[in-house]
Amino acid sequence: MDNKTIYEKLKQKFQDAIGALKEPPAGSHGDPFIEVSAEKIHSILKFLKEEPELLFDNLLCISGVDYPDRLEVVYHFHSYTHLHKVVLKALLTDKTKPEIDTVSDLWKGANWLEREIYDLFGITFKNHPDLRRILLPDDWEGYPLRKDYKHQDYWHGIKVGM
Amino acid sequence: MGALKTQELTINMGPQHPSTHGVLRIELVTDGEICVKAIPHIGYLHRCFEKHAENIDYMGVMPFVDRMDYVASMNNDIAYAMAVEKLLGVEIPKRAEYIRVIMAELNRIASHLLAVGTYGLDIGTFTPFMWAFRDREKILDIFEMASGARLLYNYLWIGGVWMDLTPGIEEKIKEFCDYFSPCIDELDTILSYNQIFINRTKNVGVIPLETAISYGLTGPNLRGSGKKWDLRKNEPYGIYPELEFDIPIGTGEMGTVGACWDRYMVRIREMRESLKLTKQALKQMPEGPIRAKMQRVRPLAGEAYVKIENPRGELGFYIVSDGSIKPYRVKGKSPCFTSISCLDEICQGAMIADVVAVIGSLDIVLGEVDR
Repeated sequence: MDNKTIYEKLKQKFQDAIGALKEPPAGSHGDPFIEVSAEKIHSILKFLKEEPELLFDNLLCISGVDYPDRLEVVYHFHSYTHLHKVVLKALLTDKTKPEIDTVSDLWKGANWLEREIYDLFGITFKNHPDLRRILLPDDWEGYPLRKDYKHQDYWHGIKVGM
Repeated sequence: MGALKTQELTINMGPQHPSTHGVLRIELVTDGEICVKAIPHIGYLHRCFEKHAENIDYMGVMPFVDRMDYVASMNNDIAYAMAVEKLLGVEIPKRAEYIRVIMAELNRIASHLLAVGTYGLDIGTFTPFMWAFRDREKILDIFEMASGARLLYNYLWIGGVWMDLTPGIEEKIKEFCDYFSPCIDELDTILSYNQIFINRTKNVGVIPLETAISYGLTGPNLRGSGKKWDLRKNEPYGIYPELEFDIPIGTGEMGTVGACWDRYMVRIREMRESLKLTKQALKQMPEGPIRAKMQRVRPLAGEAYVKIENPRGELGFYIVSDGSIKPYRVKGKSPCFTSISCLDEICQGAMIADVVAVIGSLDIVLGEVDR
């Protein structure tokens, strides 16, 4: 199934919760993606996984991206059964308290991928079974992959940075 | 005698422990000899790859990519280069594609040799380790001839490769292919079909296929569970469609499908396939340019996700470009990161000694887990 059909299928089921299907701008060679509502992310992804015509059983990647006005959680999916792919983006406009539902109950692999985003972007995944920092120490301050991140001067008496 | 009071005991395995293959700490909750929980703690090798990548230009990221999976640098470079090339819309010359495949497959052999050799060491046999490293050294010599470096090559660049093959290197690779084929048989004799080794690895650390897919395992770990899935075949890139090779999978010939032995054996068999690929690529390689003609690397705004088959699974790069000379965001999706995340589930109820067998069979490189 191509991106357009997947998009129409989602739009039909979830209507307003699905935003636009963004094709890469002319001359660019990137991937198209679908913008979806962050509030309904769990039911949308559950549908993606369980609907027999979609059956996205393989979660490739979850990434966070920080923009000046928003945070994005990007999901890359692939289906071993139908061999199609899709990219979904959830936009979080509240940068002070970004929250989104976990999908670690649908794909076990999401558990660590979400922990990594929590660690580096400070996005809270609601209902996550084990939301702890993963790469950085538990008492680290700030979220390094935010564009406005400034590292702390000292960590347990050790000078941070050069 | 009354009932003995027992309690669970928590042990830290690592961060400095020979069988964790780097700096990995596993919090083992044990009940006697049985492992109740195995919680991995990672991050000891975190070098802020993704943050660095946002602050240097596209070409400058290359050496950092080398340092992710530092025993398969060539393969990492291909993944990153392909992602940027996709954003740029650049096609690289045929000869460069062939050089890439030769290097990637040789590096796959080197990486699997390390995995197999150290796995034997974990299980308690020393000789295969020495043999594997002796042969790996020969591959590193070839890489040194090509790139000048033995571990972190920075040889494959965006748009092609850094330099054409050094004179004399093709004979050296051919020589290696002829030399190495019987060495795999020797490894089979001393390790793969060694009854002690089989007893230690069959029916241990079984990963059922559904679990493997749910965790997103890829590469030999997925194929060990019986899924015939290899990006080189299923979503071919480069010149792989023009080459002939098979995909070995775990069949459970020593017991349960998806056990440690299956994952180990997939790696051994993949080395033979890689040899086949190297030989074919050498034979068919055309003359010609080795780098695409292009200006400074500066893709238009957009984003791309590219994944390729690394020795340890599917390495993906998600790159967001804002049209400047630096990437806006680079995310490396590491196969080792997902592999190690399933450790807790498959180790529950195993013996402590088997935890070591399971970690070795997952074949993780902490440089890539932590980035």
